[in-house]
Amino acid sequence: MATRTKLRVATASLAGCFGCHMSLLDIDERLLDLIEKVDFDRTPLTDIKHIGPCDLGLIEGGVCNAENVHVLKEFRENCKMLVAVGACAFNGGVPALRNHYSLKECLEESYVHGIGIVNPHIPNDPEIPLLLNKVHPIHEVVKIDYFLPGCPPSSDAFWVMLTELLAGQEINLPYSALHYD
Amino acid sequence: MSQPSTITIDGQTVPFQEGQTIMEAALAANIYIPHLCYQRDLTPDGSCRLCTVTVNGRNTSACNTKAMAGQQVLNNTQELQDIRQTLTRMLFVEGDHICPGCTKTGNCQLQAVAYYVGMLSSHYHHFYSYRKIDASHPDYFIDFNRCILCELCVRASRDVDHKNVFGLSGRGRKTHLVINSPSGELADTDFAVGDKAAFICPVGAILRKRTRYTTPIGERLYDLQPINVVGDAQQIHAGAKRHGNQN
Repeated sequence: MATRTKLRVATASLAGCFGCHMSLLDIDERLLDLIEKVDFDRTPLTDIKHIGPCDLGLIEGGVCNAENVHVLKEFRENCKMLVAVGACAFNGGVPALRNHYSLKECLEESYVHGIGIVNPHIPNDPEIPLLLNKVHPIHEVVKIDYFLPGCPPSSDAFWVMLTELLAGQEINLPYSALHYD
Repeated sequence: MSQPSTITIDGQTVPFQEGQTIMEAALAANIYIPHLCYQRDLTPDGSCRLCTVTVNGRNTSACNTKAMAGQQVLNNTQELQDIRQTLTRMLFVEGDHICPGCTKTGNCQLQAVAYYVGMLSSHYHHFYSYRKIDASHPDYFIDFNRCILCELCVRASRDVDHKNVFGLSGRGRKTHLVINSPSGELADTDFAVGDKAAFICPVGAILRKRTRYTTPIGERLYDLQPINVVGDAQQIHAGAKRHGNQN
């Protein structure tokens, strides 16, 4: 049996904009160094649909619908370490601005009363995940081991976090890498 | 006096003048004690508690505790930083502090203090309370959801501008900022661009219109250097970098 030396990493974007994933990819040629050290499990990059046992899970985005909750819980069950990545995972971010209004008000504004709407009705296809009343930061749903704030966290912040985690060190973000915006 | 009056802060000897607070003595010696509701020209409020220091074994706020000879003050300890981080987190969840959606970002003192104390998450459950934004004034708008109740604007407007435009109303978690006008709107006050209260807000609650992006994100006060190096946000006004502090 071959011993597995590479760490297994999974990532997911919940109620986010994929900006954090783009920023992760923005480590550019360092991706080649990273791929020497990690294998990717479920992530939008591999298109694997369900997560297996992993060492590290990165979650972008807050929780806004029922599917987000299932994915997040699946990640928590399978990841030794779960990291909240970005402003939306941190406090709900821009999607959480809808928390000021009721879900009904939001849906009606978008699909019934909005400008230029033809055939107004609120989408009800069973394949569409049901929206939660409010958008939640992910630490309100599962235990989170580490937070990497930023909108998005810079590629250098990702790199510092990943390399220090891989080296088994405590993560020490430089001031320039710690940002909420 | 036979001997100069001194206290120690984290072991460093700091001189003070009779009547000075621990905060004033520290600032004069270039020692940073985190704070949000303190500003040197105004009467201390002591409401944010971020300047909590340990004086001879007891925790107290540095902004309204008088310096007295021989005091041993602890400021930059892990225990105090942890307390400050807890306070900062509570401020974050109580209001609407979604930095990517706020034009104050980078110049915000709450954000800068949070960076300074190493806050990586808000930890607690968010309130997401909603108060209507007041955009009635031609030059300013007020986002009540971002107010941290530091009363800097209340004090500046009352004691410096002599206009008494702002006040706090309600009690406990229902405490909120109010405007002192018959309609409750800022447009019906004599609040104006040159007021001290107009550029004293440490967060994104009182914002000048049309100037919010004159300094791009990434080049703002706290984007590159921490608050213990560059100081309070009140010293700069929106767009100060390009236009000078012209008010």
